[in-house]
Amino acid sequence: MSAVPDTLLYTKDHEWIAIDGDIATVGITQHAAEALGDVVFVALPNVGDSISQGAIVGEVESTKSVGEIFAPVAGEVIEANNDVVSAPDTVNADPYGAGWLIKVRFTQQPDALDAAAYKALIGE
Amino acid sequence: MSKHTPLHAAHERAGASFTDFAGYDMPVRYESDLVEHHAVRESAGMFDLSHMAEISIVGPGAADFLDYALSNRLSVLENHQAKYSLLLSAEGGVIDDLIVYRLSSERYLIVANAANRDAAVTALGQRTEGFDVVVSDESDDWALIAVQGPHSRAIISAAGIDLSEDFDELRYYRMTTGTFNGEQVLIARTGYTGEDGYEVYVSDANAQALWDELDATGANHGMRLCGLACRDTLRLEAGMPLYGHELSLDWTPHQAGLGRAVVAKESFVGMPALEPGPADAPILVGLVGEGKRAPRAGYSVRSTAGDTIGEVTSGALSPTLGYPIAMAYIDPQHADVDTELIVDVRGSDVRVRVQPLPFYQRKKAAS
Repeated sequence: MSAVPDTLLYTKDHEWIAIDGDIATVGITQHAAEALGDVVFVALPNVGDSISQGAIVGEVESTKSVGEIFAPVAGEVIEANNDVVSAPDTVNADPYGAGWLIKVRFTQQPDALDAAAYKALIGE
Repeated sequence: MSKHTPLHAAHERAGASFTDFAGYDMPVRYESDLVEHHAVRESAGMFDLSHMAEISIVGPGAADFLDYALSNRLSVLENHQAKYSLLLSAEGGVIDDLIVYRLSSERYLIVANAANRDAAVTALGQRTEGFDVVVSDESDDWALIAVQGPHSRAIISAAGIDLSEDFDELRYYRMTTGTFNGEQVLIARTGYTGEDGYEVYVSDANAQALWDELDATGANHGMRLCGLACRDTLRLEAGMPLYGHELSLDWTPHQAGLGRAVVAKESFVGMPALEPGPADAPILVGLVGEGKRAPRAGYSVRSTAGDTIGEVTSGALSPTLGYPIAMAYIDPQHADVDTELIVDVRGSDVRVRVQPLPFYQRKKAAS
């Protein structure tokens, strides 16, 4: 059983979104991190990049496999978490906290799942 | 519905994540594949390999049969000696790679890849004509537990197995017997990790008890339970081929760097594999990169001039070495050590250079 906090929104690509005004903080879910295994490499978009919803904006790579980061919202990247780039295992250790990936100033409310719908999606 | 090994319940209790492998629901990791990888390099790790195929070859014609059916000369084996061998197609492609143990002059045990169990049993069965021998698929009768790493000997010694006297002198690629719970077990000094280690063949009925005993003993030696994820990075660092990646019907042993496993004999299946083949046929090489982005299976390899010259078969960020490593089949013109090449990693160019295999070699103990 992996944690799915009720306070967050989710995507079918196993990302979570925390909304604060017009800022969305984005990460991958614990379910996704566990499926990947130990994350050893993270590539993030640059601050200032304009991203469109669904576009591939980065990668989360484990020894076994590669996961792409899809932009769950359209907008501008205002912050990228360089701490996870230098310590990728933070994604496994704290996926909903210190393991966040990017902050986006969004132009349109995301079309996302609530915690119950995401739990159903992953069968928990 | 995936098959379960006799140790499945133990893996569930230990919190394993599972993956389907060759029709079996197998542990991919327990907690962290990196921790498990490092445990094997530094202390010890224990793997459930009960999915692997065990095929017995029994009869007065067993030795001659193996010389005919497999790529090298097995009739020279002594009792309790093992040899790495190839099961070739008539054309010289690889049906499977396997280990052959001689149990006695008329009894051999072949251990084959789980995914190739049916292909191996079928091919061996088709080659028995004219030999007084019986080929039996015993895969469902045997469980296989591997303990790998520098502390493996101490763990095997203390796990309640009544060991034969020759255990302490057991050399690499040799096996011995022991008694556990009143039943004979086979203990081989073999493995697929690049470390010293043992593989223990035990009946399904006793597998759980032996696993628990080894687990409890190993806890005093820094041993971790290990899944298939770290098994793959360990074997890749050790430059060991994996069937379906580096080995297939499409590559000859020569191309795979396994020419030494094919020996000229009067007659055997796969004789074309004795020939080196066309000089421009792709060959298997090691590649190392910088940074953290690993070439992975299927990625294309280019020369610095931009020509596509081959394809990656396995790759990962090496947990032990800290840089990306990969194996690839490439045009031999570009295969010299230190040749600079480029791998297309999902649309961006990553520079690599050719390096001899293995990437990692353990420091041999003085004894």
